[in-house]
Amino acid sequence: MDSLQQRSSTVQEPPGAVPTYRPTPPPAWQPRTDPTPLLPDTEPLRVLGTDAVADADPALLLRLYAELIRGRRYNTQATALTKQGRLAVYPSTHGQEACEIAAALALEERDWLFPSYRDTLAAVARGLDPVQALTLLRGDWHTGYDPHEYRIAPLCTPLATQLPHAVGLAHAARLKGDDVVALAMVGDGGTSEGDFHEALNFAAVWQAPVVFLVQNNGFAISVPLAKQTAAPSLAHKAVGYGMPGRLVDGNDAIAVHQVLTEAVARARRGGGPTLVEAVTYRIDAHTNADDATRYRAAGEVETWRAHDPILILERELTERGLLDEDGRRAAAEAAETMAAELRERMNADPVLDPMDLFSHVYAEQTTQLREQAAQLRAELEAEGEA
Amino acid sequence: MTTATTGPAAAKAGGGAGKAKPATMAQALQRAMRDAMAEDPTVHVMGEDVGTLGGVFRVTDGLAKEFGEDRCTDTPLAEAGILGAAVGMAMYGLRPVVEMQFDAFAYPAFEQLISHVARMRNRTRGAMPMPIVIRVPYGGGIGGVEHHSDSSEAYYTATPGLHVVTPATVEDAYGLLRAAIASDDPVVFLEPKRLYWSKSDWSPEAPAAVEPIGKAVVRRRGTGATLITYGPSVPVCLEAAEAAQAEGWDLEVVDLRSLVPFDDETVCASVRRTGRAVVVHESTGFGGPGAEIAARVTERCFHHLEAPVLRVAGFDIPYPPPMLERHHLPGVDRVLDAVARLQWEAGS
Repeated sequence: MDSLQQRSSTVQEPPGAVPTYRPTPPPAWQPRTDPTPLLPDTEPLRVLGTDAVADADPALLLRLYAELIRGRRYNTQATALTKQGRLAVYPSTHGQEACEIAAALALEERDWLFPSYRDTLAAVARGLDPVQALTLLRGDWHTGYDPHEYRIAPLCTPLATQLPHAVGLAHAARLKGDDVVALAMVGDGGTSEGDFHEALNFAAVWQAPVVFLVQNNGFAISVPLAKQTAAPSLAHKAVGYGMPGRLVDGNDAIAVHQVLTEAVARARRGGGPTLVEAVTYRIDAHTNADDATRYRAAGEVETWRAHDPILILERELTERGLLDEDGRRAAAEAAETMAAELRERMNADPVLDPMDLFSHVYAEQTTQLREQAAQLRAELEAEGEA
Repeated sequence: MTTATTGPAAAKAGGGAGKAKPATMAQALQRAMRDAMAEDPTVHVMGEDVGTLGGVFRVTDGLAKEFGEDRCTDTPLAEAGILGAAVGMAMYGLRPVVEMQFDAFAYPAFEQLISHVARMRNRTRGAMPMPIVIRVPYGGGIGGVEHHSDSSEAYYTATPGLHVVTPATVEDAYGLLRAAIASDDPVVFLEPKRLYWSKSDWSPEAPAAVEPIGKAVVRRRGTGATLITYGPSVPVCLEAAEAAQAEGWDLEVVDLRSLVPFDDETVCASVRRTGRAVVVHESTGFGGPGAEIAARVTERCFHHLEAPVLRVAGFDIPYPPPMLERHHLPGVDRVLDAVARLQWEAGS
């Protein structure tokens, strides 16, 4: 300690030392400017409960309502299937149905969706067979559908890694002259991943027709947003990449649909990417394997329940005379029919061919895989004979 | 994959008619990309510095000028982003050829490579093939500083779904890269960077063969022992085989060319003829490709072997600083020492 103090005293500048020159100033630096405002608003956009609802198309409002009811029922049915052992796991979107569905409905048929593992509801709203959407979670194959058929990329389990895929696909489509937009979905936790950063940067540099939708549901499994980022909002992250950030109430289906529709239209006309943060809440635990009471208070959940996406839309539609008891019943019955069919189909054991293990590793099987396939075939035959 | 030849596009690219001149491996690779791009508009080259600069090794020189920046693209400096974007491009029907610039620079892209590129075909039951070539200049011997000389092939060969290819000659550089670009599966194309400037009488103008992936080749015939090797160690083994002649050892040299798929047939046929084998590579020995190759050869050729299959590999150390790399890299003397340990008297 003494020696350190002595040393520091010896390097003090002698008194009276004055610089004898001034450095040449560097060439003038100009930040890039963009006429589009990049910073998001400080409050998430809300339409429900405001006069702006009057501008919304009643048919769209009713469709959103019916889809939300169906989505909620899908969540409860899939959760029940985990309890019956029919699904290995189900990451529920209970409470987030508005983000999932309103976003999916903002896309045209030719557009592409890049979902995370939690986004089964968006995929189903886009037309994917409800059973095929659950294959990954049931465990009979990783992807239960042909992505090209629905223009839905495989549900992605590693966080944010599907975002650069969305950029590449949108870029390729534009190179080919197709006006296709890619919508990439990610959670709040996923925004901490490097791939999130790289995807946004690539998209902005290439001006790729991509929309990034962050569903900020409050927690990355158990870690709250405050421990995930120090940014004022996740939408603020857009600014650093040179794209607009938009903040929207994720439980307000009309607001989400409006913001996403604008972002998709902007991308389609060559305006480049947008980052949208939808502020929402995951009412259920992360999955059925998670105990949410360890990291959040019941009171917090109840506050969000009062801001339930179905509740607030239903109230608005009822007040405006667009929805009555018959309409509510019709939506509930349609959802129940979907759930019953889903239940029935999921209760049938999938027929699996073990030889599929070797069918799709390479376009043409290697000698090594042919040998291993022969080994498995022999084992299966021996099993059959036993 | 069938063997084919191409000519006219190459003749145009060479700029001159008829006059053959020696070409380097870097030029052969460049012509492979140029010919592929000329024949197939879905082939896109991308990576850091591949455009205006032509790559730090000039392997992509001239491609941006000839095909435009949309076909040969300078990307932001982000390997995961480069490969991740390539995945999306492949989903939309393009055939990206991405450059990772240096072996150790590819590591940020590993998650994309392993979690998506390698298994996209599998997870979609064949609906989404990934016709992507990942070009990785690899290996040492050029005096590169830290993170510029790794031999990372074991990481790739341990990942199902990838082809792993590495040329050792100018001719193969062209032929194998053409095959890699034509492949509907992802190919990790390891370019031995210290052979970039090796020359051959192969002419950039003349018709050239496309080599099927997965076939090893016997580079030198011999009867006493087989040196099994690939990439930058092929010239080392050929030199060692010449030197061994003085000791009375007649060595055969097998150039694998492809680590995945592995050509058991060519390798085992050679070992059965010679009865002895040494695997030679720069990569670390423990858990390296030599471990797999020695095991395969032993399993298949045990009764033909006169001696254990030996390995000559890089030491099990992080790649050393350039002033020490000559002590690490398997050279001719170390190969000959191993050959001497094959208990020649016992077998003859």
